[in-house]
Amino acid sequence: MIKLENLTKTYPDGTEAVKDVSLEVEDGMFCVLLGPSGCGKTTTMKMINRLIPITSGKIYIDGVDVTTVNLNELRRGIGYAIQEIGLFPHMTVAQNISVVPWLRRWPKSKQRERAEELLQLVGLNPSEFMNKYPRELSGGQRQRVGVARALGADPPILLMDEPFGAIDPITRDRLQNEFLRIQEKIKKTIIFVTHDIYEAIKMADKIALMKDGELIQYDSPKDLLYRPADEFVADFVGADRALKGLQLIRVKAVMGPVSSTVRREDPASLAGEKMKEEELDQLPVIDGEGIFAGWINKGDLPGDRAVGEFMTPADTTVEINTVLNEALSLMLDKGLVRLPVVDMNNRLEGMLNFEDIRKGLSEASGQSG
Amino acid sequence: MVEAWEFFIAHPALFLDWTLEHLWIVFVSCSIAMILGVMVGIYISGKGRGRLAEILLYLADIMMTVPSLALFGLLMLILGSMGLTVYGFLPAVIALIVYGQMPILRNTYIAIQQIDPALIEAGRGMGMTDRQILFRIELPIAVPLVMAGLRNAIIILIGIATIAAFIGAGGLGRPIFRGITNGRFDFIIDGAICVSLLAVIVDGLMHLAERRLTPKGLRKA
Repeated sequence: MIKLENLTKTYPDGTEAVKDVSLEVEDGMFCVLLGPSGCGKTTTMKMINRLIPITSGKIYIDGVDVTTVNLNELRRGIGYAIQEIGLFPHMTVAQNISVVPWLRRWPKSKQRERAEELLQLVGLNPSEFMNKYPRELSGGQRQRVGVARALGADPPILLMDEPFGAIDPITRDRLQNEFLRIQEKIKKTIIFVTHDIYEAIKMADKIALMKDGELIQYDSPKDLLYRPADEFVADFVGADRALKGLQLIRVKAVMGPVSSTVRREDPASLAGEKMKEEELDQLPVIDGEGIFAGWINKGDLPGDRAVGEFMTPADTTVEINTVLNEALSLMLDKGLVRLPVVDMNNRLEGMLNFEDIRKGLSEASGQSG
Repeated sequence: MVEAWEFFIAHPALFLDWTLEHLWIVFVSCSIAMILGVMVGIYISGKGRGRLAEILLYLADIMMTVPSLALFGLLMLILGSMGLTVYGFLPAVIALIVYGQMPILRNTYIAIQQIDPALIEAGRGMGMTDRQILFRIELPIAVPLVMAGLRNAIIILIGIATIAAFIGAGGLGRPIFRGITNGRFDFIIDGAICVSLLAVIVDGLMHLAERRLTPKGLRKA
């Protein structure tokens, strides 16, 4: 657990960057420090690994005062990722990822294994990327390597300073989703700085909203949206909080069940019968592993031919952990009434329609609004 | 021209000796200038030493404008008052070290100044010590610029070392000075061509070395 107690930072010229901030971040929690620029969120974060010295107050990690620990040992135990990424240009991807393991004198073979494992985790093929140099990577790939490097020696805590700030919106969305999936696996205690409320709502278990160095509200995204502590929070959240609420809800929470399916190798006439039975115009097709393969539409479906011959192959699907606003914009974009929901391995898990989205939203605002 | 060629052909051993003498003076002074320049360059690029850096770089610039003959003369006076040899190798090497400082010192300083602060912040945030940041990040990234400065210094010193013959340090300045005093134009041409050739060859070699020493990730194309 990370505990900030009356944390204050005053610069020699008298500026109070952080004023008397107290908050607790439980193990495995994703905590976002949110606020306009100059609100002290980055300063607060950098006091945790002591890149910025504390003026007064205390920071405890698992009950230990950080100022009593050897500085470099402290930092080697905390993953650190920044917006500029800061990959070392003269080192390969593998060497970059192995910086902290190297500092901790892990054996070479273990460093290598770990680098491969981490590249896999962030979705880069190890054999392709291990020996590349940062200048050979795209922005999104660099960002992934930056995250992998922060996870280098498997630290229990991650500090991330707008790690997805400097990339295009599409790549950012994808990296955010991937990172959430990674976090489900690794369960780190994360302190994440951003000025983007959408990002905060999407990523956080708890948001600490700051203004002028003060902590204004520390709550779950839902409570921040629907129970703002004061005028400033309400303003910051904005009038379109119903739309922002879409960020709160994941597809898996509101999706409907898959009514009935046919298999690729089933006789086509079976699909026809099922559609008649359920009064549907089309049915999802899956293959042997339950992987979504496409749609089959009503029409002339002779029994001696397989479903696979008539189906429209799968194009648009949504991953089960996607937030609703991405799913909704996908549906509007492609003119879909029903959106197939799949898991990481493309197995069909459910169906999403507009009514599901509406219900999800009214539940979220109704429960606490 | 014909005489110059004939004289050169007649005395290959002599020219080889002079060239080796010349190279030795340049090699010794450049090595010392590099160690000194890189160390001082690293030091003045440290935090809060901006003012010192400005002054030192300014001084190094001024030293470049002092005519080499005058510097040799001054050094003879200074060394003499200290009871050291005023003639030959020692004053020549000292003068060349002074001239070699500017390009090396300046390039080292600029190279370290130019490094993206995000890299230093990332290193520090991951728990690297100041030493590790210097040796693992700053210096490797500074190599190309420092090497360019060194190459520059060597070329300058090969030229200036010619004048060192005037104070008895030997080298390829010998035939030139002898030619001037004896009115032997061919001697002057031989010396001058040898110095130029030497500079061109060494420059090419340094270019290769620069490429090899540049970390792979920083090489262009």
